[in-house]
Amino acid sequence: MNIPTELKYSRDHEWVKIEGNHATVGITDYAQSQLGDVVFVEVPIADTSVVVGTGFSVVESVKAVSDIYAPVGGKIVKVNDALTDTPEIMNEDPYGEGWIAVIKIADPADLDHLLSSEEYEKFITEEGN
Amino acid sequence: MTEAKKTPLYETHLEHGGKIVEFGGWLLPVQYTGILEEHRAVREKAGLFDVSHMGEVLVKGVDALAFLQNLVTNDVSRLTEHKIQYTPMCYKDGGVVDDLLIYKQGEEEYLLVINAANIGKDWQWMQENKGNLQVELTNLSDRTAQLALQGPMAQSILSHLTDTNLEELEYYWFLPKVILAGKETLISRTGYTGEDGFEIYCRLEDATELWAAIMTAGKPFGLLPAGLGCRDTLRFEACLPLYGHELSKDISPLEAGIGMFVKLDKGDFNGQTALAEQKKNGVKRKIAGFVVTGRGIARAEYPVMAEGRRIGTVTTGTYAPTLDKNIGLALVEAEFAKVGQEFAIEIRGKNVAAQVIPKPFYRREGK
Repeated sequence: MNIPTELKYSRDHEWVKIEGNHATVGITDYAQSQLGDVVFVEVPIADTSVVVGTGFSVVESVKAVSDIYAPVGGKIVKVNDALTDTPEIMNEDPYGEGWIAVIKIADPADLDHLLSSEEYEKFITEEGN
Repeated sequence: MTEAKKTPLYETHLEHGGKIVEFGGWLLPVQYTGILEEHRAVREKAGLFDVSHMGEVLVKGVDALAFLQNLVTNDVSRLTEHKIQYTPMCYKDGGVVDDLLIYKQGEEEYLLVINAANIGKDWQWMQENKGNLQVELTNLSDRTAQLALQGPMAQSILSHLTDTNLEELEYYWFLPKVILAGKETLISRTGYTGEDGFEIYCRLEDATELWAAIMTAGKPFGLLPAGLGCRDTLRFEACLPLYGHELSKDISPLEAGIGMFVKLDKGDFNGQTALAEQKKNGVKRKIAGFVVTGRGIARAEYPVMAEGRRIGTVTTGTYAPTLDKNIGLALVEAEFAKVGQEFAIEIRGKNVAAQVIPKPFYRREGK
């Protein structure tokens, strides 16, 4: 399982890349492997605000519909429109091409709840998978 | 809740990297490498499924035919030895108890293959319908394993493992006592994928060796182990109904569009009066096939909307791999079921446009 050390992680299996007060977010390699083939992504709407822990995107595999929860709150400044026509990039490159959105972080305290790569690895192991 | 059961192939699935889920009270793989890849393998080459969860009931006795004629909607008297028939089994009100295959093994002996999740209910229903008939029912479900080898390469693969000429085995016929990789099996040319293929019934203790032998023989042909995930997308593209979705105690075979398996003129049977009435007056609801023309994937239970109100419910909906479209089946008011009709699917509170298209969504070439 690929868990890059430079990223932060949520307990809902999103990764967060922090650059200044901006956070690029996506789903982890573990999440995409659990979901299976992604066939549809409802990308968030740019210039809207999201509350940490609430659903801001929907990812659908052949079998299931999954809400993606915002790992940090703030304003969505950029979305990955490529997911609309090529949702499979979420499986192929979850930490790169498959990013979902960039959020301008409203409250840096949200970051305190995120996990390091070691903590996330431990978390998914304990989750029983 | 009783504990989920394991088929004799459970360990084999784990070894192959199968992702196990619970289905109809059984622990079975939903996928191995991926639903899309396995789906494609079955359409283009071949896939091997463990369908040991399916139930089997043996019906024997001088009144076996009379018992079945009352029990199911199709005309069992038309079966000849070693031929198979698909049929719904209805309640008095025309709702469906289950849908099943009937294998005629002899003049007074039939094998019924029923859905895993319905075994208990079906068994009970059959007992209640025995009356004074001279018929003996045996539940073989826990003694029988079943493999399904499906796809255009299925015959080539299986022919490597038996001296029996499978070329001569036609669609919806079976052969008892076929020696396959040294094991005694029953093989039928049937399936639930819309492709050519075989269903292989064997003893529990022979299942793992047969699985291994078929996988080895199939390797040069591109055979993949296949899970329940693609079994569902494959049957869905071929518009084969799934009990609990397109068929249920609340949906009749006529509403489901499988009226050709209801023989109203064969004599009395469970549901005959109700179904004859439905046929005479026309059904109020129908299963319609649709494509989502807007952006979104329809899922089972989503509301179908038109003229500002709810006109039905999605029974199955997903991304269809072979068609590369988001399509679905829905039970809708009959007037909205015509090809070309536009309606909307309510997806997460939003109405997304859809249009009725012909069924089945997929039909294999030469069929």
